[in-house]
Amino acid sequence: MSLSMDLEQMGDVLCVRLKGELDHHSSLELRTEVERYLEQNRTMHIVLNLEELVFMDSSGIGVILGRYKQISKNGGEMVVCSISAPVKRLFELSGLFKILRLENRETDALRKLGVA
Amino acid sequence: MKNEMKLEFSAVSENEAFARVSVGAFTAQLDPDMNELTELKTVVSEAVTNSIIHGYNENPAATITILVKIDTDTVEVTIKDEGVGIENIDKAKEPLYTTKPELERSGMGFTIMENFMDEVEVISEQNTGTTVYLRKRLARSQTLCN
Repeated sequence: MSLSMDLEQMGDVLCVRLKGELDHHSSLELRTEVERYLEQNRTMHIVLNLEELVFMDSSGIGVILGRYKQISKNGGEMVVCSISAPVKRLFELSGLFKILRLENRETDALRKLGVA
Repeated sequence: MKNEMKLEFSAVSENEAFARVSVGAFTAQLDPDMNELTELKTVVSEAVTNSIIHGYNENPAATITILVKIDTDTVEVTIKDEGVGIENIDKAKEPLYTTKPELERSGMGFTIMENFMDEVEVISEQNTGTTVYLRKRLARSQTLCN
């Protein structure tokens, strides 16, 4: 199983929904896709919906951190939602929750950013 | 029950998923719970990715070998490459330390291995290669055996 991603912009928020497995192989695709999107669109914040992400390793941490750096340069925020227990553990281990906000569901995340 | 298997495959990123799924499928004989299986797949993914990116600098002609041994309640995984080796293992194990930040490496690979496994041993020699030995005792198998 590889990774499929769905990108949808709502207001100034880009919602990235990931499905499948995020490892070194698929993180390259995710990086390219989101980088290209951010260059071509006016995006302030990112909501990362991980509801259908069944596997992630430290390559996923790297690519998420990379996109966080990209949007935080312009004062943007990243909110993560619908995270599974194993993925949550990886986020905790690497200290990602010190810079990213965690919400239960996508609607909560979007509401926090003022677009739902 | 004692059992073992050996895998040898090209050092390409497409094989990261193959490696972790294969090790997981073989270890399923010990009836691990979902968490243990996820942890095992994650550490295999970390070590294989390290070999591909750091050991071999993404040279697709190179080969990675994985040896898996299961015995009663314990799984042992050895992941071996014949790449450039690790200059400083202590430094490489530090959380968030990476030699390739431009590739967006998080530097969390060894930290994750040490958190998810009972034992992690790294043997590395420059220009000869790196061997990562991982061992984990599975909780459910322990209860079944008692």
